[in-house]
Amino acid sequence: MTSTNLFANFIIVGERTNVTGSAKFRKLIEADDYNAALDVARQQVESGANVLDVNVDAAMIDGPAAMKRFLNLIASEPDIAKIPLMIDSSKWEVIEAGLKCAQGKSIVNSISLKEGEEAFLYHARKVRRYGAAAVVMAFDEAGQADTARRKIDICTRAYNLLTDHGFPPEDIIFDPNIFAVATGIEEHADYAKDFFEATAYIRSELKGAHVSGGVSNVSFSFRGNEPVREAMHAVFLYHAIRAGMDMGIVNAGSLTLYDEVEPELRERVEDVLLNRRDDSTERLLDIAEQAKVGGKRKETERDLSWRQKPVKDRLAHALVHGINEFIVEDTEAARLEAERPLHVIEGPLMDGMSIVGDLFGAGKMFLPQVVKSARVMKQAVAYLLPYMEEEKSAPAWPASPTARS
Amino acid sequence: MNSDQRIAALNAEMGKRILTLDGSMGAYLQGFGLTTNDFHGTRFVEHPMSLKGNNDLLVLTQPDTIAKVHTAYLDAGVDIISTNTFSATRISQAEYALEDVVYEVNVEAAKIAREACDAFEAKDGRPRAVAGAIGPTTKLLSMSPEVGDPGRRDSDFDAMAKGYEEQILGLIEGGADILLIETITDTLNAKSALWAAWEAFDKTGVELPLWISGTITDRSGRTLSGQTVEAFYNSLRHAKLWAIGLNCALGPQDMRAFLADLARVAECAVSAYPNAGLPNAMGAYDETPHSMEAHYAEWARAGLLNIAGGCCGTTPEHIEHMRHAVEGVAPRKPAAHDGRLKLAGLEPFTAAA
Repeated sequence: MTSTNLFANFIIVGERTNVTGSAKFRKLIEADDYNAALDVARQQVESGANVLDVNVDAAMIDGPAAMKRFLNLIASEPDIAKIPLMIDSSKWEVIEAGLKCAQGKSIVNSISLKEGEEAFLYHARKVRRYGAAAVVMAFDEAGQADTARRKIDICTRAYNLLTDHGFPPEDIIFDPNIFAVATGIEEHADYAKDFFEATAYIRSELKGAHVSGGVSNVSFSFRGNEPVREAMHAVFLYHAIRAGMDMGIVNAGSLTLYDEVEPELRERVEDVLLNRRDDSTERLLDIAEQAKVGGKRKETERDLSWRQKPVKDRLAHALVHGINEFIVEDTEAARLEAERPLHVIEGPLMDGMSIVGDLFGAGKMFLPQVVKSARVMKQAVAYLLPYMEEEKSAPAWPASPTARS
Repeated sequence: MNSDQRIAALNAEMGKRILTLDGSMGAYLQGFGLTTNDFHGTRFVEHPMSLKGNNDLLVLTQPDTIAKVHTAYLDAGVDIISTNTFSATRISQAEYALEDVVYEVNVEAAKIAREACDAFEAKDGRPRAVAGAIGPTTKLLSMSPEVGDPGRRDSDFDAMAKGYEEQILGLIEGGADILLIETITDTLNAKSALWAAWEAFDKTGVELPLWISGTITDRSGRTLSGQTVEAFYNSLRHAKLWAIGLNCALGPQDMRAFLADLARVAECAVSAYPNAGLPNAMGAYDETPHSMEAHYAEWARAGLLNIAGGCCGTTPEHIEHMRHAVEGVAPRKPAAHDGRLKLAGLEPFTAAA
């Protein structure tokens, strides 16, 4: 297997809309800036996320209300809502609030045996009735599984319970716990290796089930050193995917490939992940400060070439694509060019909406997209209204012979 | 025969031939020229608002007329008739301030339909099933009623499920054999109806086959709430459906491609009951029994159908022609279960293995 197609069948779950992993997203939700929060979600989709992880678990946030509000807003953004959701919370009531707002088939993250079989099966039954798949954590009454043996035992027990109760095996996604390595604590040295071993077992013995995990946990002890963290993620994914991991919660915008990691760094990371030497952590620390990731980060750039076009075309583009980011400045530019503010509505804005109408008539746009266009149109008109009022109260505009009907 | 025996017999038939469903209630009712007084009957004379157009109420005020419509379709030879309960939920009946009779309407509607079927079964022993019709309601769970306030919703999952549960309990009480959640424009509404069905099954101990029929409202092939046909299917297949299909909206011509998409993926039976075209300037429907017959015949031969019926604008005459068109044609074979994780947003996502 070459690393170029390593991710071909790997399901990328975009993690940036998770407050536990992104301080930026947490601050946006806390500050009630849901528009900017939607931009984060959009960035994950544009960067190639197959599924969008949404987690609003934070002390200062009303979880069920925030989940409901964010998912309802996503439902009105067709370019985000096109991909499935992962409804992620450690609180069942937050998960349930999310499921009640999701028309598609989502993934619940997560349920587990933490509170025993009865609670586990109760949640599993509800998940099925809402029509979702489920991430099942390797967690039982005795705590989170750390060794390969514990991971395998808990996942096997959960698998048997679920399938015995009619839960489709393909809707079970195990999370055998990705823990931090290179922490300086001897008991943590095998954490990555144990994950790979458990993953291989699950994928070969628990038929139909999938394996996922939060990849960025593994590099937690290198917080603040992005090059090393990304190298660790790249090498971790290389081994995990080969073991059968087929889904991962990652930053969809910056996946580094195994082959692109600088060889010396890669080798020392690999020593740590596979626990190949007693001094592997020290050796990684030795070069960590100078480390640079060899490969380029594949940050996707937004195509803003349409911003170079004349204002009339920019307005049409914004309407057709439902983009409100520049609508006020473009409407203002059009107003300055026009004889009267009304002409902006009757001219470029109506022209844009008529393109929307044609595309809808031809089956090339669907209703939620048209609703978004209407919303942008409404914003443009709202911007022009004060100018039109002003014009009305001004003394006598001469009737314009050029006004269109 | 009891309901379980009837469904078993019907399933056996479905393995051998294409089953048939009735056509429109509304189009046929128009011929009776019902007046406002007819809608009110003697019971609702004092009702403070006009009840004209509240077709569902006729099961209480004009039960004989409703029975005549059912009988006309049974005469046309159908296997399944649907109850006159499209808008018989608390949410929809609020428009007429008739929330309090919702349960009763559903019970009576199912009884009337069941009695009509029993009369035909008694004659020839062939099973005739009653599908309890559950409409989309007047509210959408995935869309805002207000362009400028996209996060707003007119109702929520729990309120809608509660309304559906009341309807479903009534349909079960009245003797419906199948639940038909139909004309679904927003998949979340359908999910709340499924939720309600399971709640009702838990309470009554009765479990009926579940049938969902979605509506593709525009030529892009999306539901009103924006899902493609395959995403719609992925979002509902957890219900182990008896059948899934499309109805209403576009006429047969435009429905063809979307029906083919569904027939390709559905692991259960597939149904189609289109309108008789789109309403013309006079509010009438242009597809004739003959013109529709050709579409049904082509769909059947293309292997797209397990159940055929008609929606707005179709009459017993359309349905009789439809029955001839699908007679003797082999039914569609359900898609094989491939064991792959199937997710959906507005678009489907299928895992590799």
